[in-house]
Amino acid sequence: MCATCGCDTTTHEHFHAHGHVHDHHGSHEHGATTINVERDILYENSLLAERNRGYFSARQVLAINLVSSPGSGKTALLERTLTDMKGQLVCAVIEGDQQTANDADRIHATGTRVVQINTGKGCHLDAHMVLHAMEGMKPEINSVLFIENVGNLVCPAAFDLGEGERVVVMSVTEGDDKPLKYPDMFLTSTLCIINKTDLLPYVPFNLEKAKENARKVNHRLEIIELSCQSGEGLPVWYDWLNRKAGVAFSDQST
Amino acid sequence: MGIIKIVLAEAERADAEVVEEIELDIGRLSTVEMDSFEFAWRQGVKNTILEGAKKNINRIGGMARCLDCAFDFPLEQVFDPCPLCGQHLISIIAGKELRVRSLVVRGE
Repeated sequence: MCATCGCDTTTHEHFHAHGHVHDHHGSHEHGATTINVERDILYENSLLAERNRGYFSARQVLAINLVSSPGSGKTALLERTLTDMKGQLVCAVIEGDQQTANDADRIHATGTRVVQINTGKGCHLDAHMVLHAMEGMKPEINSVLFIENVGNLVCPAAFDLGEGERVVVMSVTEGDDKPLKYPDMFLTSTLCIINKTDLLPYVPFNLEKAKENARKVNHRLEIIELSCQSGEGLPVWYDWLNRKAGVAFSDQST
Repeated sequence: MGIIKIVLAEAERADAEVVEEIELDIGRLSTVEMDSFEFAWRQGVKNTILEGAKKNINRIGGMARCLDCAFDFPLEQVFDPCPLCGQHLISIIAGKELRVRSLVVRGE
């Protein structure tokens, strides 16, 4: 059994109060009783996410949930960022993929601490997986933790990991209507990175249309255009990271 | 599966053997596709306390408030503009629900 949350990995009884209350429902042994439950279906994930969030806050860790469709360049963005920010920010990475440790190997090659989660058949990371990944990792105080989610624009939108920021990456080789086709992900994100801008001359991607579509879904969404190949736009991304890290590192809320 | 866990915990607390009815709130802007839900439900409740339970689902329609002109309006898609002023500065105020509302249980 897990010492932290008591799970045995298949059945979770974390939040069930085991104090049985037998007499609340009268003595009608054979009568029907109505129970007002009023409980969110994803509450177990939400509770664990808040636990993670509290941990991040206490250790002044900026946790960033990176989400996108497969192939939009999340790992390449991380490789470039970790290399460029070396010496400026202490970073660690949790990699989520269905199979293989390929991405973790790529991150490891940059000299960054990394934990790989394989979800098997799962299509998203959840707060419970992140909690256990952190047990092995123990992110440093005043550090940035990138959590690279499974490449999927649908399910990861529904699962809070406890992150401080959710960054959705889309690339110019995708359709500029992607925010409208997968609105939940853009609705729940705080920053949208439009990647691979060096390919703009070769693809029919309308950058302004894409930004307009993203803002239709989420008017609060910040948008940064960049290319990990040419380096164009990366300083804007690094400014954003430093700004958010500055806020997280001076967190007085706890 | 989240629903089944919630129900099992509640049923245990109430010493219930059978769940006769379950009432769910599923907002129209939530991440649930009802055809998939129905399919998963049939498989998920097999051999559980919920097998045979009557399922009452409240589909809660999307509602938004325009942050520009404070107008409340029904929201079909999250990227719909305010019908009054055409802005996308909206706040979703209903339709994201995903909740077990109540159960009707019976003891032995």
